[in-house]
Amino acid sequence: MPMHWIVAFMMKAPVNNIIDFSNVDGPGNRCAIFFQSCPFSCLYCHNPETIRMCVHCGKCVATCPTHALRMEAGKVVFETSRCVKCDTCIRVCEHQASPRIQMMSVADLCEHISKLKPFIRGITVSGGECMNQAAFLLDLFQEVKKMGLTCLIDSNGAHDFSKYPQLLALCDGVMLDVKAVDPHFHQKLCGADNAMVLKNLDYLLENGKLQEVRTVLLPNEKEQNRKTVSYVSARIKDRSQYKLIRYRPYGVREAGLKAFGNQTLAMEEVAELVEICEKNQNHLCRIA
Amino acid sequence: MSKVSEIIKNPTLTYHQQVLALARLAESEDTTLPLEPAFKQALADHTLCDLGEGVAPYRPRYILPDYRILMKKGCAFLGLTPPQDIWEACNSLLIFYKHVPSITSFPVWLGNLPELLEPFHKEEAETRKALKLFLLHIDKTLTDSFVHANIGPKDSPVARIILDLTKEMQLAIPNLSLIYDPEQTSDDFALACIDCMLATSKPSFSNHVMYRADGIGEYGIASCYNALKVGGGGYTLPRIRLYECATKANGVEDFMDRVLPYYAELLLRNMDTRIRYIVEESNFFTSNFLVKEGFVKRENFTGMFGVVGLAECCNTLLGISDPKQGYGNNPQAEALGVRIMDRLEAIVKAHKGVYCEGCNNQYVLHAQVGIDADGRDNSPGTRIPIGAEPQLPQHIQVESHFHKYFPSGIGDIFRFDDTWNYSQEALLDIIKGAFASGMRYFTGYNADNDVVRVTGYLVKKSEIDKLDRNEASLNNVSSYGQGAKYNANALDRRIYDESARQ
Repeated sequence: MPMHWIVAFMMKAPVNNIIDFSNVDGPGNRCAIFFQSCPFSCLYCHNPETIRMCVHCGKCVATCPTHALRMEAGKVVFETSRCVKCDTCIRVCEHQASPRIQMMSVADLCEHISKLKPFIRGITVSGGECMNQAAFLLDLFQEVKKMGLTCLIDSNGAHDFSKYPQLLALCDGVMLDVKAVDPHFHQKLCGADNAMVLKNLDYLLENGKLQEVRTVLLPNEKEQNRKTVSYVSARIKDRSQYKLIRYRPYGVREAGLKAFGNQTLAMEEVAELVEICEKNQNHLCRIA
Repeated sequence: MSKVSEIIKNPTLTYHQQVLALARLAESEDTTLPLEPAFKQALADHTLCDLGEGVAPYRPRYILPDYRILMKKGCAFLGLTPPQDIWEACNSLLIFYKHVPSITSFPVWLGNLPELLEPFHKEEAETRKALKLFLLHIDKTLTDSFVHANIGPKDSPVARIILDLTKEMQLAIPNLSLIYDPEQTSDDFALACIDCMLATSKPSFSNHVMYRADGIGEYGIASCYNALKVGGGGYTLPRIRLYECATKANGVEDFMDRVLPYYAELLLRNMDTRIRYIVEESNFFTSNFLVKEGFVKRENFTGMFGVVGLAECCNTLLGISDPKQGYGNNPQAEALGVRIMDRLEAIVKAHKGVYCEGCNNQYVLHAQVGIDADGRDNSPGTRIPIGAEPQLPQHIQVESHFHKYFPSGIGDIFRFDDTWNYSQEALLDIIKGAFASGMRYFTGYNADNDVVRVTGYLVKKSEIDKLDRNEASLNNVSSYGQGAKYNANALDRRIYDESARQ
């Protein structure tokens, strides 16, 4: 391991998952790193176990069929090599957390990324909300840039990007979720206000750092879908891609299923929203 | 029922397939070629396999004529003068192809089509029309998926038209390879090839940098993915079936010291005998017009030493019964694989081949793609067994260790879901990385295609369905696809998708 990876980077961040090859987290093939914890708690979250940090209640320990979890000095300890990824621990967790988190340093991550370097054009940091780890990301990006790779941030926009000019300077682009423009609906959907998200949308746009905006289209929320898509597409025009993601019930928790059901959005309704984008001169809209 | 009447009565065979089956019967039932008793025993034990080459070979297995001579000088035997326009060029090639022998009786290499046809390209619409008829003619008359054409490394109008038509026409024949060199192949051209590959399972990507470094000289990619010299070819391709060999060993060291050398040398001696017969006894190298007019030269041929079942061999020697815990998912098994291949390569290189002066008097290792009769016992070449494929990065990294051993061809097939249609650049990144890491040949397709790559060759799933309904299929190879589908689960390889994110 190069010395400069070791020196000064003793800081560690909670990593939920690393996907070595991802074809859906920005342009080209990328290594996607998912950090644990998120300030939002969206009803339709596909990975609700990434929302909170483990409180070490220990409830999952006894349920693990391969004994990959144990209690040690009041903390849940996870042994990767024993895990068969059956997700039992995640299902029994009452705290929207996961015991399978690895605390990783920049050096740990760089060692992993360097093995993938011939195959990828960059990394994408995601979550949870990766901006919960903004200081760590700055160190990480500095090192990843030295490898000649690009760095993208996938964010829900809860943190004020204008406060992180150094990080943004290193970052090749932000993929921003705009879940809803209606503040009341956003509050209901995500358990948080959206003023900062909308501020970030404008800020990133002005600073040429907006790689993509994503909106999840919801069943039975025609008006909200229309409001959000109209606002965003009018704002970004053709200065950024706009990805419209149809709600899928996969992985969604009980409360989310109760609110949005087991269906996805009808294609006609999507077509109508694409038309709005076109009208607003956003021709870079894509359905996922 | 006699073997002859079985062929005559089989409802799934076309007339042409019957003629070929009857001819094959004759060459496999003859007693002309002397076989060592030990070789006969090995055939019976399935440790070695002659891949249906029979005992009376009357032509080299694979022939790669230098078609540039046809374009420049014409062909005296066929009475063809040098072509003057795209129609004459296509017509000359189509006539010529029908006179190129091979083990399948169809030409296994059609040449680098853009290189041959570019000089005749004048007007887009006319070239497109000529090539559409050309490709249709090939699909309906050279009815065998081992018929293989090349394009690249450089972008060209003819190559683009071929890609367009390939995607549009959705035909299994011909197989198609892009000779890929990141220095010469633009990303834009490579992406057009990926777009076509996802939709039609071709072209495959061939690592030109690696082949060039091997010193093969001018080569073409023929049949499944056999790299052979242009103006030459491969005499023969018998195979060692490593799984059965492993069952003959008392442990790893016994395999290395006794079993592997014994069977490898037996196979090499058989290759010598077979090649001598083709060169010294059959009329090919004395009277065939391809030789007489210089389209091929004897010294540009070599023998291909085929290998299957490395994965199952390693697992057997290590006592691993669950493939998911074995080769492809187990560094110990892969390390043993490297040891076996080092040993096998040394044995093959140490053997002085006959009549292969242009190839350093050496035969070349070939990772054979398997035949339907292999079932699940022997995975093709050094591939990871279907159903035990690890994550894509690990899959590529494991395979890459083994590609250097096989200068006459090796490759793997990756099956992708629909998300890759929207992220073709990601696939190009992966191919670039794979080639930089030592992968020789990469191919892929979309899980829901009709044209699919079975083990190395292409079939249409709809044609397999015809055979399932006891109807005939025009393509000779559909029946292999049917066998591989049911005996080896060859259409069930892991789908690499966005949702397999864990």
